[in-house]
Amino acid sequence: MAAKTPELNASSMADIAFLLLIFFLVTTTMDVDTGIGRILPPPPDPSVKPPDAKKRNVMNVLVNKSDRLLINNRPGDISTLKDDVKEFMTPHFPDNPDFPEVKLVTDEIIGNDYTSEGIISLKNDRGTSYEMYIAVQDKLAQAFAELKDEYSMKKFGRLYEDIDEDHKDAVNKIIRSRVSEAEPEDIGSK
Amino acid sequence: MSRFKKKGGKETPGISTASLPDIIFMLLFFFMVTTVMRETELLVKVASPSAKEVQKLEKKSLVSFIYVGEPVQSRLGTNTRIQLNDAFGHIDAIPEFIAKEREARDEADRKYLTTSLKVDRGTKMGIVTDIKQKLRRVGAFKINYSVQKEHEEK
Repeated sequence: MAAKTPELNASSMADIAFLLLIFFLVTTTMDVDTGIGRILPPPPDPSVKPPDAKKRNVMNVLVNKSDRLLINNRPGDISTLKDDVKEFMTPHFPDNPDFPEVKLVTDEIIGNDYTSEGIISLKNDRGTSYEMYIAVQDKLAQAFAELKDEYSMKKFGRLYEDIDEDHKDAVNKIIRSRVSEAEPEDIGSK
Repeated sequence: MSRFKKKGGKETPGISTASLPDIIFMLLFFFMVTTVMRETELLVKVASPSAKEVQKLEKKSLVSFIYVGEPVQSRLGTNTRIQLNDAFGHIDAIPEFIAKEREARDEADRKYLTTSLKVDRGTKMGIVTDIKQKLRRVGAFKINYSVQKEHEEK
């Protein structure tokens, strides 16, 4: 037998190919679209009067056409908006007239706890820039996300995103993202 | 003993090509996955604003896009225009556009239809509010403001 190179065993080649394929499948990110999801309210029914909200329960956030904020009739700033919202939406017990009313919630997981009846009312001008509008929306979303995280940390010792759906539902009963966008009024120019 | 004499000389055996199809398939799959099938041609300039608290837009097949911004072609002026999927549209065409989008989807999926608003950051809210009012009237409540994820604390 003279030296003859044995044929290469190629049967594992397919495995290597699949390994690579799976690697690319996992690591390749298709350009994911990200965004802020919102559910619009149905159009207002003219025959039904909108429910009255007590003044202390509402935090009015106005954005004017030069992108300046007015929070409860006082000039506000975007950098402090998040903390203002967090403070406003934190349930205060015993009842404090400077903050929204609180309501007792009974839940299987949490037991008894208080939730804030506060509502953030957002209103913008037709001349507000979209960038500012998104910035305000983002700050509100951040405030609620942080409140949820803090509450979940306090109750379950974990962040909101790490707890299961039942616990999330329970947290959502206490920290309710109540943002209402005012009906647009036809004032000002386009 | 010439009967057992080796036939060939010492030539190297040919490289096996058995795995070639696998490699080709791998490439095929790779490109299948990464290629975006239909990239809508943008007729308006859209520079999305950025935000921290963002969600991924899921089920791309159930999303209809509304783009708002200045036209790309400067001869069309600088007024903010609306692009519905792949053509310019007027604000009054939105109900019809939504109806068509619904029609194109499976009946069971229609309620999950999302409208993604890709709006330029410099746009005034007036036009966005008008679009939202139109969407509310036709019952397309699920919307998504397209924004980029902001990574670092600025």
